Amino acid sequence: MLRAAGLRLLAVIPIVLGVTMICFVLMFVAPGDPIQTLLPDNASPEVIALLRHHYGLDRPLPVQYLVWLGHLLQGDLGTSIGTGRPVAGELGAAIGNTAIIAIGAAIIGFSIGIGCGLLAGVHRGGWIDRIASAFALCGLSVPQYWLGIVLVILFSVTLNWLPAMGMGPRGLSWHWQELRNLVMPIATLSLIPAGIVTRITRDRVAELLRQDFVRTLRAQGLAGHAILRHVLKNAAPPILAVMGLQLGYLFGGSILVETVFNWPGVGFLMSNAILRRDQPMLQGTILVLALGFVFLNLLVDLLQSGIDPRMRRG
Amino acid sequence: MRRIIACLLASLLVVPARAESVLRVAMTAGDIPIVIGQADQGYEGFRFVSYNLYDSLVAWDLASADRASGIVPGLALSWTPDPADSTRWILKLRAGVHWHDGTDFTADDVLWNFGRLMDPAAPQFNAGQFADAKTRLPDYKAIEKIDDHTVAIITKGPNAMLPYQLAFLLMVSPAQYNKVGSWEAFAKAPVGTGPYRFDRLVPRERLELVANTDYWNKARIPHQDRLVLYPMPEATTRAAALLSGQVNWIEAPAPDTIDKLRGSGFQIVTNAYPHIWSYELSFQENSPFRDIRVRRAANLAVDRAGLKELLGGMMIESYGNVTRDHPWYGKPSFEIKFDPDAARALMKQAGYDKQHPAKVKIAISTAGSGQMQPLPMNEFVQQNLNDVGFDVSFDVMDWNALIDLMRGTAIGPVARRNADVAMNFSRNTQDPFGAICRFIQTSQFGSSGSNWGGFSDPEIDRVCDAATHEFDPEKQSALFARAHAMMVDQAVMVWIAHDVNPRALSPKLHGFIQAKNWFQDLTPVSVDP
Repeated sequence: MLRAAGLRLLAVIPIVLGVTMICFVLMFVAPGDPIQTLLPDNASPEVIALLRHHYGLDRPLPVQYLVWLGHLLQGDLGTSIGTGRPVAGELGAAIGNTAIIAIGAAIIGFSIGIGCGLLAGVHRGGWIDRIASAFALCGLSVPQYWLGIVLVILFSVTLNWLPAMGMGPRGLSWHWQELRNLVMPIATLSLIPAGIVTRITRDRVAELLRQDFVRTLRAQGLAGHAILRHVLKNAAPPILAVMGLQLGYLFGGSILVETVFNWPGVGFLMSNAILRRDQPMLQGTILVLALGFVFLNLLVDLLQSGIDPRMRRG
Repeated sequence: MRRIIACLLASLLVVPARAESVLRVAMTAGDIPIVIGQADQGYEGFRFVSYNLYDSLVAWDLASADRASGIVPGLALSWTPDPADSTRWILKLRAGVHWHDGTDFTADDVLWNFGRLMDPAAPQFNAGQFADAKTRLPDYKAIEKIDDHTVAIITKGPNAMLPYQLAFLLMVSPAQYNKVGSWEAFAKAPVGTGPYRFDRLVPRERLELVANTDYWNKARIPHQDRLVLYPMPEATTRAAALLSGQVNWIEAPAPDTIDKLRGSGFQIVTNAYPHIWSYELSFQENSPFRDIRVRRAANLAVDRAGLKELLGGMMIESYGNVTRDHPWYGKPSFEIKFDPDAARALMKQAGYDKQHPAKVKIAISTAGSGQMQPLPMNEFVQQNLNDVGFDVSFDVMDWNALIDLMRGTAIGPVARRNADVAMNFSRNTQDPFGAICRFIQTSQFGSSGSNWGGFSDPEIDRVCDAATHEFDPEKQSALFARAHAMMVDQAVMVWIAHDVNPRALSPKLHGFIQAKNWFQDLTPVSVDP
């Protein structure tokens, strides 16, 4: 298993190179560049050229990419053209902010998803199944952007129970005054993972309950919780795989949810970087997100292997 | 007994603690603007950060909501052209001004700041700041200290526009820079002379400033204790934040939220300001707009009153680069109004009608700084133009791509490839040259000017040259008005709207005067508890 993990880690290198290279080229192909948004509309070609030279944007694209890689190997993600601040610091803070709501949304979304999926799978075809399936469908279909706005109108504007935006004046703390800022972003973000996990859990549980080994377990006199434990253990690998992917998406930050709630996370950062063509910021963000995805997948694979011996053999 | 009396007396003498009054502003920017002097994020950065932390030598007059906003003394008390040398301006600096760190403001500080902004060899030079400053003051040559409170600025040629250009250059503290040693460190503790001092910055979340109670201009000491600026690009979020009481001031509420905000007791403030939302036209070979009849027909075809209704009243009908009551409007002979019949007649004369329309492709953006509501507005104007013999199609792109097309001019690769013969690019018209001549002078065609389409008229060039070399303010204003009247007569653009810069304020705010300017004075705003 360690060898497999080592090989997967080695595979990270071409993946990261590929992702960052594609991102670099796409930024080059897209019209406009970061200098455009920094300058007044009547900036002279000399001034534009000077600034492009200052940021190294006048070099050939492969050279720019290699310079960026060279700095990366020294642990330097560069400086944002838009803000003039180091990318690493900006990104670190944004990832921390996104992690707060991502972990909250994962805990709530996965718990609801596994609970609802389990109930629906056990009571397949019954009214519990129909309600859980309808909930899953809503989770997958309701646009997060719309849901966020509805929650804001209801709980902030109408009832004035929860703040409409931001992290609060003191950042995150254990005071209810600040924790209130988390409620709506987490509730909105958790809906999709809850829906997806409900579906996969329901399908796996319902399918496994019809299998021969369950009949055998029943014949041996096992019932209720004992059978469910076996079923869940068998259902876990695909559910874990889906949860791993969802966790990756959550950590990637939702541009729409973070925009609606003015949450200064990765999604908000990336959306700004795209609009301003802030290449160092976007490159750094894409790199860290790609690494995050790869490591999460690796973690899920290791967990799956730990739970299911068949996968170790495979 | 004596103790009881003493306690009672003491309780009478205790002054109840006053809650801090906080002005909380939701900006449309996606991030906190740069805080080291020249801001980014368009004029919003200057409005909320630069002009609050810092001062310029020449300031904007933001005291009135009624008159056109000109320039007034800032850190310079006066500016006069040197009678012996028309390329030299002499500026008398204000005495008794202190930086936020308590040190005195002197002529040496001004020289140091010009090094920061203009001299690549200076150790304090900052390329980003230079790029902005050099664009504002393109023909700067040198600066000299005459005495501790007098400097001379030398330009490459006679430049009567210098006072307006100086209003964009912010002075930052040399002592603070020398203390912290880098611009990155300076950004964490910026020091200026402005009406607010820096307190705290959380990237992408908030910038907190506190009132500078020692401000040199006693009339502009802030009436609130603290100013908190939030970047909030989403209009719905801004409205919700205001309605729920998290902020008490929002920029640019969406038109469809204005009735709700007004109905909930919020103040909606608007005013004319130097902004145009127009179609800038190509004068190149592939453009039907080379024909003045077509240009005039387009101006007569636009139902500006209908468009205003569509926007819930949130615009001013545009008949030129400045409003008709502005001193620079002049007296054009071509009267722009909504007259589709006259437009059809002109199109007919030019050889176009409904069966044989003039095909025009216009580059527009989906959003962007100053672009108002570009999609519904452009669709409305498209119907107007199609009614009189045009066949309008749009080349829709994002804001950054439109900037690229704008900088490339009508003969640039993007406009050529897409066959665009007009673009909808909102512009500021803050100073007279920027309002008028930069769009019509032949020398302004090319990537360094704003004459996007390549318009050229020798008589207009002559008037603009005279205006930019006229040092007498009244004569200069008259020359710009003449140039503007000629511009309207030539129908150089299709004028459609001026934005009214709507903002929504909590009923607890008092004292705000919305000047006819991109920049605003926040200091008179008081906040009820």
